[in-house]
Amino acid sequence: MQPFSRFTGLVIPLDRANVDTDAIIPKQYLKSIKRTGFGPNLFDDWRYLDPGEPGMDHGKRRPNPDFVLNRPEYQGGEILLGRENFGCGSSREHAVWALTDYGIRAVIAPSFADIFFNNSFKNGLLPIVLAEDEIDTLFERANRGDGFKLEVDLEAQEVRSDDAIYHFEIDPFRKYCLLEGLDDIALTLQHADEIRAYEARRKVEAPWLFTHP
Amino acid sequence: MAGKTLYDKLWDSHVVREEDDGTALLYIDRHLVHEVTSPQAFEGLRLAGRDVWNRDSVLAVPDHNVPTTNRDAGISDPVAKIQIETLDRNCRDFGLTEFTMDDIRQGIVHVIGPEQGATLPGMTVVCGDSHTSTHGAFGALAHGIGTSEVEHVLATQCLLQKKMKNMLISVDGQVGPGVTAKDIVLAIIAEIGTAGGTGCAIEFGGDAIRALSMEGRMTVCNMAIEAGARAGMVAVDQTTIDYLEGRPWAPKREMWERAVVQWRDLVSDPDAEFDKIVRIDAAAIEPQVTWGTSPEMVLPVSASIPDPERESDPVRADGIRRALDYMGLEPGQAIAEIAVDKVFIGSCTNSRIEDLRAAAEVAKGRKVADSVKLAMVVPGSGLVKRQAEEEGLDRIFREAGFEWRDPGCSMCLAMNADRLEPGERCASTSNRNFEGRQGQGGRTHLVSPAMAAAAAVTGHFVDVRELAR
Ligand code: SF4
Repeated sequence: MQPFSRFTGLVIPLDRANVDTDAIIPKQYLKSIKRTGFGPNLFDDWRYLDPGEPGMDHGKRRPNPDFVLNRPEYQGGEILLGRENFGCGSSREHAVWALTDYGIRAVIAPSFADIFFNNSFKNGLLPIVLAEDEIDTLFERANRGDGFKLEVDLEAQEVRSDDAIYHFEIDPFRKYCLLEGLDDIALTLQHADEIRAYEARRKVEAPWLFTHP
Repeated sequence: MAGKTLYDKLWDSHVVREEDDGTALLYIDRHLVHEVTSPQAFEGLRLAGRDVWNRDSVLAVPDHNVPTTNRDAGISDPVAKIQIETLDRNCRDFGLTEFTMDDIRQGIVHVIGPEQGATLPGMTVVCGDSHTSTHGAFGALAHGIGTSEVEHVLATQCLLQKKMKNMLISVDGQVGPGVTAKDIVLAIIAEIGTAGGTGCAIEFGGDAIRALSMEGRMTVCNMAIEAGARAGMVAVDQTTIDYLEGRPWAPKREMWERAVVQWRDLVSDPDAEFDKIVRIDAAAIEPQVTWGTSPEMVLPVSASIPDPERESDPVRADGIRRALDYMGLEPGQAIAEIAVDKVFIGSCTNSRIEDLRAAAEVAKGRKVADSVKLAMVVPGSGLVKRQAEEEGLDRIFREAGFEWRDPGCSMCLAMNADRLEPGERCASTSNRNFEGRQGQGGRTHLVSPAMAAAAAVTGHFVDVRELAR
């Protein structure tokens, strides 16, 4: 994973609560056995007027001009601004892959669904929780469509606009892994001996957990 | 010191190590794998040259993409076919147990785990699927995980996890006749909202939960994720133990006796403290029908569609407006007047034998209404299907005009050919009514199996209690 560095990005306002993973990436695209290539189908049902299937040339489809991702003023956006319970629904990591493949590097919302939140960190996407009133202010700014940008500084745990600074909380371990671009599995395997010791103990305490017909 | 909750006990017995900040390595006993969320995980293992830590912990099955008709002819969708073949190959290469598409034991991953006794009390269970919460019905700690976590568990047998909060939802008293586990859980979501359980492990308790069969408890835990909780659970009692005895993967003889002794302790201590407690009066629960595009948009069948103008919170009012627009409904319309085009009985929420019996009870001697284009029953597994056929349920369904299919996820998420066309309205026993979930532009109303069958035979939503014989 790439280390997460400080960046300044254009903000895309997606003003809906409970944005679910079916909306982020519809199921027909989950048939892929790859991690990449989901970007053109991010928010597929909202983004295009015609139904989409895998393998289509998405450049030739009819974009929905009203959907925020299609509006000229939000092209190249890297920060998605959302409402409460963002990413609810299924565990599909494809939702995160679609966001990152599109070019989103951070999602800011008042709350996130647990599994989506977790999946984000595994893929270098930073989910940032801010208070409702701060989110309202950011929507108000981003909705103007005049190129509103934010600087995301994970090290300092801050999101900065020209005239304001918003502090956010983040789990220290997750922060460290993102900043260093660390692979969780390699880190866990450093504790392989402890895992084996645990297993040995459990095989005595509850041997039925290890039997297999 | 206060006693421990069930969740505390399950957590404590699985912590391999814990960092100062509370991040723990949690040991995973059972790993269920399906075709959609695993290919990239196996690819990751291969790229890093890693092996599966404990092969015996894995049970794999294709379910999301499998066809539910004419299975002998193979899979016609080439993309789905590659995905299923990829699962077969990965299981062969890594030496994992898989119930392939032609195995009678194949079915929806959350149906087959319990059915085989592969889900046991006191276990930690994961699967790359949010409805893994289902398995918590057995007094297990069951988490849905993403694909990176699937890879992590395959490689290390552990999940990196922080302890969640303890939440108790107590459904007190008893439900009336015709009110099922599905209605209970929908009523819970109506009460606490789709984010009400975020960050929590929910224990479902109270007399109404105790009175449920294991099938019913699984239905309730299945939808814990729809209340925002990654894990839901029910304490172990005699119902749990009776269900498991003799199942293929369950312990046998002396080992069974020993296990049962330990399992009986898998209950919250009387003096355990919960971070949140919600109490629900079971007797007040009516058969439920969702009317919108989120499971919290749910009402009793006797109610009418809400009016956004009466909602004071602008974000919520906007949500209602958008949902009514998508669903093609008007404020004030009676739910019982809404006509349906299709009926789907199935999914990991409601495709077990008890669900099929409840639907058959309503369908028996009746006919699917002419206005209903398709009514289908998709059993949760090959074994459920066989049992239903032994009980003659398939005949009841067929005579009433329902289609009787092969097991799989089917129209719950419409990854295969079973789906709604734009604008079609469906009474569905599944768990998600999101926009496009059952097909682009499709309109889903979540209900219990009996309510779905009642909608099929009358052509619209109806209080199933009115059809009672
Ligand atoms: S039946 Fe539906 S909810 Fe359950 S695992 Fe399959 S797709 Fe997911």
